[in-house]
Amino acid sequence: MRPFAYERAGDLVSAVTAATIEADSQIRAPIQFLAGGTTLLDLMKIDVMRPERLIDINPLEKSLSEISFDRSGLRLGALARMSAVAHHPDVEREYPVISQALKLGASAQLRNMATLGGNVLQRTRCPYFRDVSWHACNKRDPGSGCSARQGLNRNHAVLGTSDHCIAAYPGDFAQALIALDATVSIAGSKGDRRIPFSDLHRLPADTPHIETTLSPGELITEFHFPARPWARRSLYLKVRDRESYEFAVASAVVALDLADGVVRDIRIALGGVATVPWRSLAAEDALRGKPLDESRAGMAAEAAFATAKTFGGNDFKPELGRATLVRALLAVAMLEVRS
Amino acid sequence: MNVSARAEGGMIGRPTPRIDGRLKVTGAARYPSDVILEDTAYAFLVMSTIARGRIKEFDLTEAQAVDGVLDILTYENTKGKVRKSRYFMRGGYAASSVVPLESPKIWHDGQIVAMVVAETYEAAREAAYKVRVESSAREAAPGFDERRPQPRQTPHIFAGSEPQVGDAETAFQDSDVQIDAYYTTPTQHHNAIELYTTTCVWSGDQLTVHEPSQYVHGLKNGLAKQLGIKPEKVRAVSPFIGGAFGAKAALTSRTALVAIAAKRLNRPVKLVATRQQGFTVSTYRAETQHHIKLGADRSGRLMSLSHEGWEVSSRSDDYKVAGTETTALLYACPNVFTRVNIVHADRSTPGFMRSPAEVPYVFALESAMDELAAALSMDPVELRRINDTRVSPIDQKPFSSRSLRTCYDRAAEAFGWSKRNPVPGSMQDGEWLVGWGCATACYPTNVAPAEARVTLAPNGTARVQTAGHDLGTGAYTAIALTAAEFLGVSLESINVELGDSTLPPAPVAGGSNATASICNAVAQACEDIRDRLARAAVQSGGALRGADATSIRLSRGALVSADGRSEELKESLSRLGFGPIEGFSKYVPEVASLPIRIMGHTLLSRGLPVMTIGTSAGDHVQYAFGAEFVEVRVHERTREIRVPRLVGAFAAGRIVSPTTARSQLLGALIWGVASALHEETEIDERVTRYVNKDLADYMIPVNADIRDVEVILVPEEDHKVNALGIKGLGELGNVGTNAAIANAVYHATGRRIRDLPIRIEDLL
Repeated sequence: MRPFAYERAGDLVSAVTAATIEADSQIRAPIQFLAGGTTLLDLMKIDVMRPERLIDINPLEKSLSEISFDRSGLRLGALARMSAVAHHPDVEREYPVISQALKLGASAQLRNMATLGGNVLQRTRCPYFRDVSWHACNKRDPGSGCSARQGLNRNHAVLGTSDHCIAAYPGDFAQALIALDATVSIAGSKGDRRIPFSDLHRLPADTPHIETTLSPGELITEFHFPARPWARRSLYLKVRDRESYEFAVASAVVALDLADGVVRDIRIALGGVATVPWRSLAAEDALRGKPLDESRAGMAAEAAFATAKTFGGNDFKPELGRATLVRALLAVAMLEVRS
Repeated sequence: MNVSARAEGGMIGRPTPRIDGRLKVTGAARYPSDVILEDTAYAFLVMSTIARGRIKEFDLTEAQAVDGVLDILTYENTKGKVRKSRYFMRGGYAASSVVPLESPKIWHDGQIVAMVVAETYEAAREAAYKVRVESSAREAAPGFDERRPQPRQTPHIFAGSEPQVGDAETAFQDSDVQIDAYYTTPTQHHNAIELYTTTCVWSGDQLTVHEPSQYVHGLKNGLAKQLGIKPEKVRAVSPFIGGAFGAKAALTSRTALVAIAAKRLNRPVKLVATRQQGFTVSTYRAETQHHIKLGADRSGRLMSLSHEGWEVSSRSDDYKVAGTETTALLYACPNVFTRVNIVHADRSTPGFMRSPAEVPYVFALESAMDELAAALSMDPVELRRINDTRVSPIDQKPFSSRSLRTCYDRAAEAFGWSKRNPVPGSMQDGEWLVGWGCATACYPTNVAPAEARVTLAPNGTARVQTAGHDLGTGAYTAIALTAAEFLGVSLESINVELGDSTLPPAPVAGGSNATASICNAVAQACEDIRDRLARAAVQSGGALRGADATSIRLSRGALVSADGRSEELKESLSRLGFGPIEGFSKYVPEVASLPIRIMGHTLLSRGLPVMTIGTSAGDHVQYAFGAEFVEVRVHERTREIRVPRLVGAFAAGRIVSPTTARSQLLGALIWGVASALHEETEIDERVTRYVNKDLADYMIPVNADIRDVEVILVPEEDHKVNALGIKGLGELGNVGTNAAIANAVYHATGRRIRDLPIRIEDLL
């Protein structure tokens, strides 16, 4: 870790104004916001992130951690802690997939610290990214190359990869956000904006060091989930090497509006297999208007991984990803849901 | 001397919460890593990032400019300061024969190339990140060159590590049923919770080292050798150890550097190697490969057993574990062939890790035995029963005791094995495929010379002093129970002091020898006290006048004769002078060879190896045994593997401390799950560097992975192993667990996985 200046935010406007600075991407800017700190401090200790100044936004917690549910949907403040949201009765009842995704993430200690805003921005677990002694990492050092493509890549992505980066997006909650048509409210010194969650993360392409569409100084303030018929019949299935405290090898979010065994509408997102939170429109299209059975589920899973590209260590991931999605689809169809 | 005959009884074998438990859970126990001395300076290591080559140049400008930096050690200013101590398997102390900061030569990735010392840990770390090392790399060999290697063989360290009898190849060809298979185990790292830390402080020419150690006398003597000072000038202190598992036994290269830095600065220096650095600061279990050929007749009797192993060592050293020593005598078999090969790679030197030889080698054999059972359509337990033996098949020496069958009976019953449908894939429960598997556990009964001092006070309290170690194993409790038994006092009256090289020497806490070695020494020291008190008492005009001294016992603060007379301890003690009485013992194992009998205690005080191993215990072989049964569940679609149930039954002679013994075995079974399903240090073979160097990526089970674990202690008496009949079980429990799990996975899925760890992708 290197020396840095620390200050506590007074209010939202001054925080985003103070953090607005020239940089090629938000994540590499010399000024960073500090919320739960569960990713940032970790990466600072191992020298991967070297911010010069931290603005602690925890003083804003009161105004930015609200959880509210009404007919228009669910609003979650960006500074709400993962554990608070996961166990909130409205969330558990109306959007079970959100609760499940949060509960299956990290450990109890981390969930008590980590905020939703920080959670969706958590950085990849690619070991070559997380150890500065590996020189080639385009995400850490643009243009330096990628150690993972021909290295150890069991945990790496098979969807959304590029020649420059194959690092997997590690989170769980973001799969729920992208599946459920969530939007994100963002505060910035040039004004506030609201975007679909699907516009937040950027594919690595040839700029893997630019992970989101946030500008330096911009701060996520709230997530909004619309009220939709498929929200209640939803689940998160996480397949991993151990029972808890482990990232997904493959995961799936399914939210289903089922009428008489026929798919009226469906939302599907995949985790552990892609470089960014990954919604599978192809899989959804394969099921919409069709009965949901083993064979249809298999076809949807085929569609979901039709563009998958593997790199040796992760050759098994398309097959596991398909099995995960089929299992999730059949399980969600079986759920008993109160109307 | 048969010490057990005169014991009061009732203490050895009594279930007792560990006596240091309260200190540990309240934080009062001071581990070496907790030590922070006044005016301490902090060290941080800089490691090589290439596996083979030379350092061309250091640029320390930026690092030295960091506020608070005091010193930076590199080979340029430290060369020649550390003297060579030979590799511990070659009669020295060091975990590697590479001398720290000796030259610009790089032997392996993660080698210490510099150590920064600063006023604070943070400054040292920042400066360490700013040390620039320019080096030239050569192509490095990561390990086994191919999946089925053509290894370069090196001379063997241990005679007899390749036991052979009969003609295994011909017998194999003639066998009705044949198994011929290869197995592999991965690189693994100990990852104890207490990191590799060292604090050194000089007082004049006297050096004190606070370092988590499972061998304080080895640390003291080895460090003295490296620093070129007399051993009595070094004190090593390690009263508690937060896990060791073999990685804190031999002297690592960090310690001398901290001592040198402390000398140069004339103030205490503390080093905390990070979790990541720990992967190369100390040792590890290297990957292994095995070729097993089993031949049996149709009734299941083994006719031929062939086990060839390949192990990876470093360029500098010829470490090997040679587990064929054990696999050759596990079952009755007239024809046995074994061979062990070492492949040298550009890696740090491997070292002992809990059950070093048995974990990989028994995995291979016990997997092959399950394959044989399947080929014979025979129950795997029945196959073990048919091939049980009372003698070593190699030289016909009898086992001192062998309760393997009883262990199988007890564990099978507790597990409900009789309800097993032998057909693979037949026991599905909902979406989960259920598999049941079993395997044999075994570990040699090793024992070493040990010294102990026991001081008994007139008020009935006693102090037990020996430089043994409690790695979390329960040593404090076992030793206290032994002393309480032989002094006839309560457990609360005993105060045990361990982990300090100023105490009477004790052997390394390794090879599961500590309880047998130290408790026998403590019992003898107590007997020394009893004997002197008794002889004085019968000759005096006191209450015990004329009684038979040999029949007098110590009981509840009094001397008691066989005819029921008694005398208060205070009075008996006063006869021998004022204050407490001190008993001392230099225990020599009953099974030790003549050289150990003569030289054992000299070697012990020099911190050198003195253990008699279970296969060289005179006219017999001595082993502890166990049988392990597991249930695995594999999801029918996504193939996650879970282990809801483990049952192990173990027989290890006399159990001194059943509560902590059970904990040892429980932890060992859990480690067995890790060894089968989770642990693997991954190496990027392009550059021979480890990749998953932290506890997020180096997986071990979490609480949620471990459900029902049952440990059964099978009573066993063995008077041949040592006077107290103790076998030791620290390493017994995690032998065979990996095979039992692999066998259960086969039963669940019909897939035979011969390469550990078993992961989702192996079963898709």
